[in-house]
Amino acid sequence: MLEIKGLNKNFEGFQAITNVNFDLEEGSRHAIIGPNGAGKTTFFNLITGHLQPTSGSVRFQGRDITGMAPHKIVKLGIARSFQRINIYPRMSVLENVQVALIARENQHLNMFRLAHGMHQQETEELLDLVDLGSEAQEVAGELAYGKQKQLELAIALGENPKLLLLDEPTAGMSPSETADSIKLIDDIARARGLTLLFTEHDMSVVFGIADRISVLHHGEIIASGEPEAVRNDPEVRSVYLGEEADDAAA
Amino acid sequence: MTQPLSRAAALACIVVLVLLALVPTLGSAYLVDVATEILIYALFALSLNVIIGYSGNVSFGHAAYFAIGGYVNAILLTTYGWSLLPAFVAAILASMVASGVVAYFCTRLTDIYFAMLTLAFSMFIWAVAFKWRSVTGGDDGFVGVDVPELIDSRIPFFYFTLAVVTLSTAVLWLICHSAFGRTLLAVRENVTRAGFVGIDTRLMRWSAFVVAGTFGGIAGAIFGMFHHGMYVESAFWTQSATVLIMTLLGGMFSFFGPAIGAATLFVLQRLTNEYTEFWPTVLGVILLVILLFVPDGLVGLARKIRARLGRA
Repeated sequence: MLEIKGLNKNFEGFQAITNVNFDLEEGSRHAIIGPNGAGKTTFFNLITGHLQPTSGSVRFQGRDITGMAPHKIVKLGIARSFQRINIYPRMSVLENVQVALIARENQHLNMFRLAHGMHQQETEELLDLVDLGSEAQEVAGELAYGKQKQLELAIALGENPKLLLLDEPTAGMSPSETADSIKLIDDIARARGLTLLFTEHDMSVVFGIADRISVLHHGEIIASGEPEAVRNDPEVRSVYLGEEADDAAA
Repeated sequence: MTQPLSRAAALACIVVLVLLALVPTLGSAYLVDVATEILIYALFALSLNVIIGYSGNVSFGHAAYFAIGGYVNAILLTTYGWSLLPAFVAAILASMVASGVVAYFCTRLTDIYFAMLTLAFSMFIWAVAFKWRSVTGGDDGFVGVDVPELIDSRIPFFYFTLAVVTLSTAVLWLICHSAFGRTLLAVRENVTRAGFVGIDTRLMRWSAFVVAGTFGGIAGAIFGMFHHGMYVESAFWTQSATVLIMTLLGGMFSFFGPAIGAATLFVLQRLTNEYTEFWPTVLGVILLVILLFVPDGLVGLARKIRARLGRA
């Protein structure tokens, strides 16, 4: 589904991503793990068009999307949630999701159709799906942190993606919020047949839902494969996973 | 701001319209003139707010499109003897095209750079009006505009203004509450997120700028006929500042706020001028008070008071 070849990104002398080759299979739930500063968010930004690679190519469903504008990449079916909360804080919860649907249907330049009531049913369904049905009229920026993350997910789902990129979906959540949120993501991905690509610090989350794991270290992929294989890879254990994997197992 | 017109708001609009329509029955020529000018500035400020309140950019050069609308209409009516409808439509199109060209460059930038570029373009347009003496009359102004006979007296002109401003406001209201308007708010709120639901954010900001410039041009075209002349001051940056202050005073987070701000500032200016020559000083104080104490303008203040009363 996603084929990345020879990807490099250099920020004025700092090599953030080095010769990354990466294949994402349709229907998989692929985790990218690695210590802070390993280049995970940069890697996402290169896929979604927020950054231009220094060299290399990104293909999505056989189509070259290297260097394409983010809004065009979205239209091909890649949605994304962000590590830091990224919503429209002064709009209502309902409007936050509705805008994604208006954009998906290419109605965002329609100046003569009242927005009120547009995509009402689908918006409400999406909000119910992420358990925000009763907060539809609230101001998005005033929601609790975990709920804002759920709202982000609803916005991303509103684009009706084939591939969903989640950048640390549980960052900043309490353990119980994390568990709920992971179950939610897992259920939705299964129900909608979504391919998932996500980064995560919490190893219990990673081993809970990923069917493949790639390890990014200093901008290079040092291991890639099924969770058990990665967990037992000696290089991975030595550079990164060691203690945390043991914690997760405990 | 994004909800459709509530019953109370719709009723308020009708009451204001009826009261305005009754102004000429009061028998005061002065009041009719004041009402006409307030209507023109109200439309001017409402148009600017599409850029400021809805797209979240600050324009320091909105007078440019007011002036283009005003000059083109005045020149076509007078120099070329066109009748009102084609001249008026051509003036609107001219403002639309000019704002489209300027917006193409301005929307490459954001924040203060965007604002400065709008200012630069408006100074350019001011310079054209100032120097192209053979066409615009230069600093003597373009005087003696041939206003069509039908509306060339105080009360008919007032009703003409009321009709055009009401219709324009209705269209602006629809645009601001349309799918486009709601998406524009999303772009204002979070440009990254908006880009990543598949919105071409620059195209959205460009469109908002063109809408604002077009309706600013309508206000200018009426202004030129009302004063039977266009003057370079209308293109000057102080005019852009005035309409910006009107917008802030009324409240940029409300559709009708800028119109309320326009009326308030205009009346304050008239009253101040009757007692002192120090209007700019008063204006400075007003601006200070807005920025320090009522950043959401009069409408924001009213909402706060209502919320507090509601709780008590």
